[in-house]
Amino acid sequence: MTATRRFLPGWLSSYATLYILFLYLPVIFLPIFSVNTAATPKFPLSGVTLHWYEDLPKTPALIDATWNSLIVGVSASILSTVLGILAARSITRYRYPGRRAINGLIMAPLVLPEVIVAISMLLVMLQLGLSLSLFTVVLGHVLVCIPYSMTVLTSGFEGFDRSLEEASADLGESAFGTFRRVTLPMVAPAIISSLLVCFTISLDEFIIAFFLTGTEATLPIYIWGQLRFAAKLPGVLALGTLLLLASFVLMTIAEILRRRAARRTQNEGGLYA
Amino acid sequence: MTVAAEGSPPLRMAGARRNPLLQSEAVQGFALISPTFVYALILLVLPILVVIAHSFWTQNYLTIDHTFTLENYRIALTEPIYRDLLWRSLYISLTVSLLTVALAYPIAYFISFHGGRHKSLWLFLITIPFWTSYLLRVMSWKVILGYNGVLNSGLMGLGIISEPSDALLYNSSAVIITLTHAWATFAILPIFVSLEKVDRTLVEAATDLGDGPLRSFLRVTLPLSAPGVISAALIVMIPTVGDYVTPKLVGGKDGVMIANAIQAQFGKASNWPLGAALSVTTMIIASLMAGATVLVIRALQRLAR
Repeated sequence: MTATRRFLPGWLSSYATLYILFLYLPVIFLPIFSVNTAATPKFPLSGVTLHWYEDLPKTPALIDATWNSLIVGVSASILSTVLGILAARSITRYRYPGRRAINGLIMAPLVLPEVIVAISMLLVMLQLGLSLSLFTVVLGHVLVCIPYSMTVLTSGFEGFDRSLEEASADLGESAFGTFRRVTLPMVAPAIISSLLVCFTISLDEFIIAFFLTGTEATLPIYIWGQLRFAAKLPGVLALGTLLLLASFVLMTIAEILRRRAARRTQNEGGLYA
Repeated sequence: MTVAAEGSPPLRMAGARRNPLLQSEAVQGFALISPTFVYALILLVLPILVVIAHSFWTQNYLTIDHTFTLENYRIALTEPIYRDLLWRSLYISLTVSLLTVALAYPIAYFISFHGGRHKSLWLFLITIPFWTSYLLRVMSWKVILGYNGVLNSGLMGLGIISEPSDALLYNSSAVIITLTHAWATFAILPIFVSLEKVDRTLVEAATDLGDGPLRSFLRVTLPLSAPGVISAALIVMIPTVGDYVTPKLVGGKDGVMIANAIQAQFGKASNWPLGAALSVTTMIIASLMAGATVLVIRALQRLAR
């Protein structure tokens, strides 16, 4: 029995290492083949070049797509974080009938097939006579970003010591003043973390943008369009590598901030719960 | 804020019996959440209702005929292509959910029980790929499995095969592999959270009372982590039924799924009511399958105890 006990963690940890490899390996091929001289992604590499990266800024369609993605990402992250702050604050601070049901509805986009969410929104937008544009993409992205924003913010708001706010109110601060001078500084890391998470999701999101955009492409839509041409693959891989890098950096910062926020309010869990 | 005011009267009535402080709490809380709530109502509930309404209508060229009919559902359920696509989507999604949960459980267990002080590092390593673009993750499988891809050239380089195999890409297995990879992290987190909640003293008690490690795992840890297994299965199952990108990129002709057919009805084929009926059917059948899975896992959980 003791043998099994010593044995098991060993097996499990090698399994865990293999699993991490399985998670990362496919993604690692993108950067590898983005520096390959040949257009087809096969081993052995025919040579190393940064040529594909150098070509990226010379593609006007790509520059446009980048700008579109930035505009959509910034607007969607701000909007969904504002809506997320209101909802997370309400969920963690107040008790009222229907609270769980409302929370469930707000979190629902997380578990619904994206295609169906996208198509439903498309139908309504067309019926309302909205013409498809980056604005409709932002509307869609906000809907799918709110659940993530809520998760990050709830972990920052929960376990928040209410007596600090009460003390501030007792000392004569107004409700808004208390929020701005006591609550906000405590939850600022969670808010920034939410902004980064939402921006990353919006930057990478494809399905909703695909259905709800008019003629303007975001970066994933640009990539989708390029995938049809085998010769364009290395450029797509180079762009993909840059996007991966951006997601990685943004999410690492977001996670560090989220942990700092959770520590400030002495609360465990968070993104994982 | 007008919306909040509209929403508050019933609440105020409900809270009238309680003390005034509680009542104002409820109103404040509801007022605070109402913008987000209304947003979800307008962009999620209303659209889904509109889709359901469309599914009972018909389309004559460009105009929608608003007479009630079940014709779209008849087509969705009996037309062989849609029936086959639906079955295939359910089969793929069920296989992917089982695979991801089975592969993820040991990892979640390892991190929760043997993660030690590196617990958060492991979790971080596992969550990072999940934040990278879904499209890019699917694309990397196309690079790996393709005719001129990594796997084929690698196997040829090792002398295992003499010419590239075209059996790797463009079939439902490619879709299953890609989806299993893409959803892997989604399954780990809920299982991990429920394993963290397992009272360690119960496991110790089982061991003290003479259960071996395997028995105490099967009879204590596994049943207690069932809620995590259930949510992991659901989180993977429902979205994968309606996946669009993976079948389109790596599925080929044999890997087409129902979402591709739904998209076609809103695009090229331009038959919104049929597309709506297909969406509603998919959602209902996926929910039924999810419900059945929950029941099966619960039954197994009772059996284990």
